[in-house]
Amino acid sequence: MQLKKMRNTEAKRYVADKLHVTPLDLSDPLIMRNLREELDIGTITGVPGVAKGIAAKVKIAELLDIKINSVEQFKKRTGLHS
Amino acid sequence: MKILTRMGDSSTVEMTRDELRHDLEEGTEAAATKAKIPPLTENELDYLDDMFACPSRIWGVERGHEVVMTKDGCVNALNSSRMSSGVVAPVNREVGVRLFESMLGFDSMEVSHNDYSVKPQRFLKALEQLHMELLQETTIFPLLYGFMPNLGLYYRPDGSFPNPSDLLPLGKIDEARKTQEEALQACQDDCILMSDCMLEMGADGIDYDTVASTGDAEFLAVLKTTEHVAGETGLPVEIGMSSEMVLGFHGQLEYEGTRLAGLWPHQQLELCEKAGTAIFGPVVNTNTKRSTPWNLSRAVTFVKACTEIAKIPIHANVGMGVGGVPMFETPAVDAVTRCSAAMVEIGRCDGL
Repeated sequence: MQLKKMRNTEAKRYVADKLHVTPLDLSDPLIMRNLREELDIGTITGVPGVAKGIAAKVKIAELLDIKINSVEQFKKRTGLHS
Repeated sequence: MKILTRMGDSSTVEMTRDELRHDLEEGTEAAATKAKIPPLTENELDYLDDMFACPSRIWGVERGHEVVMTKDGCVNALNSSRMSSGVVAPVNREVGVRLFESMLGFDSMEVSHNDYSVKPQRFLKALEQLHMELLQETTIFPLLYGFMPNLGLYYRPDGSFPNPSDLLPLGKIDEARKTQEEALQACQDDCILMSDCMLEMGADGIDYDTVASTGDAEFLAVLKTTEHVAGETGLPVEIGMSSEMVLGFHGQLEYEGTRLAGLWPHQQLELCEKAGTAIFGPVVNTNTKRSTPWNLSRAVTFVKACTEIAKIPIHANVGMGVGGVPMFETPAVDAVTRCSAAMVEIGRCDGL
């Protein structure tokens, strides 16, 4: 993850801003469960059709505007790297 | 009023409120004197005082103060032996990592082999790469690859280099230093090899665990490895220490002009930052003959000295025998939750 070296408060603020929620919302299971399904970035429980694994990480990288090493390597292997 | 708490060996002990306060004050002073850092304030001691005096079985942080967890030892707690607090569950690594993500709700995970040192892991390089590659496709949370540098395995009888523990009692100081310098280079080469190949497989970062367990030579090997990984790949490195002070087995080794022997957590942090570390994990060892309030007050004082100057996230080690937690293979929840919460609320940690 390329949020590296951010202290916790700064990192929470960054993610919350990108998701248009408050930092307090990030640890609220109800809010985040619904938001994760809406954004299609993976859920804790098994929901058919919702993005899982690397598919969810591709979306998270775009949503948070960060580079994720596993996503970058996946894109290279699949020829999806722009 | 009698307060029920624990000793550093996890046995239950009863204390009065005055005895509790005394231990808290002595603990913070012990750290402050050793490392020449500020003791906890009266308000901070009041928090610890109230926390230990509360008869509640568990404790926690204020809502909104949640922190991120990083992990060492992969799924050893599931499928390893008592050495790793493991329950020998018939669960392989792939299943275990999935369980840590979804069932146990971990924020991140470290992938590693049961034999956790870099020296044996390098022989399993291809297998390790495959598991990282496959797990990255099926999980969402960040996966770091991790190992212990464990310089001790490079010395005889486990390794090929003369053992400084054999040479030092014979007064062969120069020979003991020379063998450490040669062994640290071999260890560093292995650490770089494993780090580079796991990052190529998509690892989100590398976790070096129990760093400096064999003293200053091992710490130097890890700092140089970190310099390489951070410089060449730009990817995150977490350094988790093994003890509160770097032992001077060599005694003369330096990094960036600073002697490594005898460094305390806040001084270790400064060198880790210089090397390019992304997350630093300070360790404070538990004294089994003192109470948990004494141990925790002492541990939080060391950690707070780190978080006050840190430019990078601090993930304090809070497990059996470190971070105030009693030295017992299944630490009691009343102690673990109090130590964890205090590390966040008073120690100001970014993670655990």
